[in-house]
Amino acid sequence: MRLARRLATLSAVFGLLTAACSAPTTGTPAPGDAFVIGLSSEFDTLNPVMGYSPDGGSLIYEGLMSREPDLSMKPALAATAPVTSADGKTVTFTLREGVKFHDGRPVTAADVEYTYEALLEEANNSPIRGDYTAIEEVAAPDAKTVVFTLKHPYAPLVQRTTLGVVPKGSPLTGDPPPGAGPYRFVSRTPGDKIVLEGNRGYWAGAPAITRLVLAFAEDDNVRAARMSAGEFDATILPPKAAARFDGQPDITVHRVPSADYRGIMFPLKQPVTGDRTIRRALSLAIDRGAMVDTILAGAGRPAFGPVSPDTAWHNPEVTGPAAGDPEAARKLLQDAGWKAGDDGIRVKDGRRAEFSLMYPAGDTLRKELALAVASDARKVGVDVRLAGLDWDAIEPRMSEDALIMGWGSPYDPDYVNYELFHSAYAGKGFFNPGGYANPKVDELLETGRASGDEAVRRQVYRDFQKIVHDDEVWTYLVFLKHVYVIRGNPAGVRPGVDAHEHATGGLFRDIHTWRPAS
Amino acid sequence: MKPATSSGEHVPGGTESGLPSAPGAPGLLRTVPAEPLGAVPAGPGVPGAPEPLPSPGGAGGGGRPSSGGLGAVVLRLVAWRLAFAVPLLIAVTAGMFALAKASPFDPVRQYLGDRATVTDPEVVERIRANWGLDRPVLEQYATWVGNLFRGDLGDSRSLHLPVTQVIAERLPWTLLATSAAIVLMLAGSLLVGTLAAWREGSWADRLITGGAFANEAAPVFWLGLLAVWVFSVQFGWLPAGGLTSAGSSTVEAGDVAAHMILPVTVLAVSQSSWLVLYVRESVIGTLREDFVVGARARGLRERTVVVRHALRSALLPFLTLLGARVPELVTGAILVETVFSWPGVASASVQAALAVDFPLLAALTLLGTLAVVCGNLLADVAYTVADPRVRTLGVG
Repeated sequence: MRLARRLATLSAVFGLLTAACSAPTTGTPAPGDAFVIGLSSEFDTLNPVMGYSPDGGSLIYEGLMSREPDLSMKPALAATAPVTSADGKTVTFTLREGVKFHDGRPVTAADVEYTYEALLEEANNSPIRGDYTAIEEVAAPDAKTVVFTLKHPYAPLVQRTTLGVVPKGSPLTGDPPPGAGPYRFVSRTPGDKIVLEGNRGYWAGAPAITRLVLAFAEDDNVRAARMSAGEFDATILPPKAAARFDGQPDITVHRVPSADYRGIMFPLKQPVTGDRTIRRALSLAIDRGAMVDTILAGAGRPAFGPVSPDTAWHNPEVTGPAAGDPEAARKLLQDAGWKAGDDGIRVKDGRRAEFSLMYPAGDTLRKELALAVASDARKVGVDVRLAGLDWDAIEPRMSEDALIMGWGSPYDPDYVNYELFHSAYAGKGFFNPGGYANPKVDELLETGRASGDEAVRRQVYRDFQKIVHDDEVWTYLVFLKHVYVIRGNPAGVRPGVDAHEHATGGLFRDIHTWRPAS
Repeated sequence: MKPATSSGEHVPGGTESGLPSAPGAPGLLRTVPAEPLGAVPAGPGVPGAPEPLPSPGGAGGGGRPSSGGLGAVVLRLVAWRLAFAVPLLIAVTAGMFALAKASPFDPVRQYLGDRATVTDPEVVERIRANWGLDRPVLEQYATWVGNLFRGDLGDSRSLHLPVTQVIAERLPWTLLATSAAIVLMLAGSLLVGTLAAWREGSWADRLITGGAFANEAAPVFWLGLLAVWVFSVQFGWLPAGGLTSAGSSTVEAGDVAAHMILPVTVLAVSQSSWLVLYVRESVIGTLREDFVVGARARGLRERTVVVRHALRSALLPFLTLLGARVPELVTGAILVETVFSWPGVASASVQAALAVDFPLLAALTLLGTLAVVCGNLLADVAYTVADPRVRTLGVG
């Protein structure tokens, strides 16, 4: 009605236009039952093979396994948990009976085989191929059986099988292929939104929210405004922008813990940042509690290592004083021969305690963290010079200057940590540019990756966290909480521990089990 | 940054290409309408053609004996322009490749997006090699041209879709918006320009003339933002952007029409200044001519005099002027689509440029250049057909 009135008001002026477009007064296209989620960035692709939501939460697609909010694995397309051979190099899945793709075709082992082979095919340029390189071959001996043959024992393989399965032979670019997930793809307006519709034939039951719109709005304030205006039913916001929704009737704010950390990645071959005393002192000087309270508006927790305290893999010994201990930092530096100079900056053997700290210029959070680090460091006599740069300018400087970096996955401690701390990745891209090399850590990471024994792995990653903490490879600052704002209070919202990337994952991963509260 | 340079690259070239024949020079503008005056009154004198536009056709019909010659002239004009377009297209695309190569941005990182930092360096290198980015730029260019001739435009790296699909999905929206803008611009400037001429020297004339000059000085994106502020934020009458409402999942004509009003109007208004001024000037000139004075003396109605006689003789060169506006229309569309989140090809070219998306950027640049060349050509052909005497000007 409002639209009709607006058109009526303006039709005199824009008569040409309204005449050209038929039936302008048919009224508003009723959004009706559509549930609109406001997301900050558009998906690069909607094809799992090309990297769409491989860790679950893809909504359109179903993987062999799915993940519960408590991070445990649950069979999805697979009928039961997979069987791993004694040498750890063969993993066999049996498929669930009667599961169909959205176009009605049954899901067979050949489709699973195609999905993984397309992913591994070098010519396809899949950006996530590097995560699956442990796979030697995928075979489908019959319609219900899938066998993964591995190059080396790889315990996290089961975690990786949350990747969505696509029908055999489906193209890799263009409109997304049909999946077997709870929602079917309806339409996409590039740069605007994606419309999904509940899959009535979903094997685990049809979703109660039958129509889902994923709308894209990059700007945080735009998303907050559109949430206020009622255009969005749910959205993700930075903590400060979400604060206005606290205590509002019929709006629920969820602050979900995550393994997503921010920390300082050091070039370890440089004279100042290569000195463990400097890094230890810096870690002691920093007031992480203040960062959480002011920069994150309370939505976070102090970080002292790469593994989130909200997951079972965390080593409780890896901790420290949240508010820092500047006195201990000063003593540490003094004892190591770093004496304060005229300007208050410490000097040792004629070398000033100074280094550059880079951050991606467009990232406000990292900028604010970098500013706080510089201010805390100055209080103990270390001069941190800030450099806000573009990623393309940051990359060539990573072996010389420190960098505020973010990473973190709650799924398996092998994820990312292997690449970040193994000497094989020293100096390679963004993984280990500082050149950290510790044979003991290499060994632990290899054991952790290969062992099929849960108890062994648990111990290995505890030891690993301890060594990395003692070596002060990074100075970890904070773990973030992701803030979700949801209209009403739908039943079935199950917060878990989020990863660094969240898109439709995170809280929206199981929106098909939500029931709207009316 | 990038889109401005890339469009700046071909747009001035396009304008120049239009200059030799398009009456961009004011002198040409004056002389040309002055001459058909003798021919045009003959039309209205025989009260046959009710609409102003068919008159050029009538004029062509009048010159039937020379119609064979006319065809040859048009053919020669087209061939001449096409011959000129080939080196132009080569220069524009080669220039674009060179610029993209010199850009400090890494296309593989743009392709990977958020995953750039978590991707194995080995995978990054492999993608670089698959795309041939490690090969010399000349070789990349040659490959691209070769694929183009086979109809293969490649895949857009930033949108992860075949370039042909991106263009097919978005071109219709751009065509819809720009053609609506052209119609609005044409009708609006004829109406407003004639009004100003008819009431020459009145406050309305001064308002229109002053407004046209101010409008010409205002950047398109500024007009766009102003329109959003006034009509969406302050009054809440019109949607601020997008193709359809956020909640709607289908594309409905009414919804799209409502979303079209602001971008189309801004685009039309931003491009109409010269047209308004031209129409005004030319109608004023005609109103002083003997045949108009005569018509008035014969006691014809004022409306008939202004519309049938004065405006009519001003219409012909108007066509060519319209053709010369195509480059500005292309740049205008880029800015308008970006300001209003209109999902057309023009806004896609901004994304493509920011993401160093070679295949998409190259195809869109080609399309933009072609639009400019064809716009000028169409205008000149129309002019040649309408007034055979112009051939001496069109083909030297």
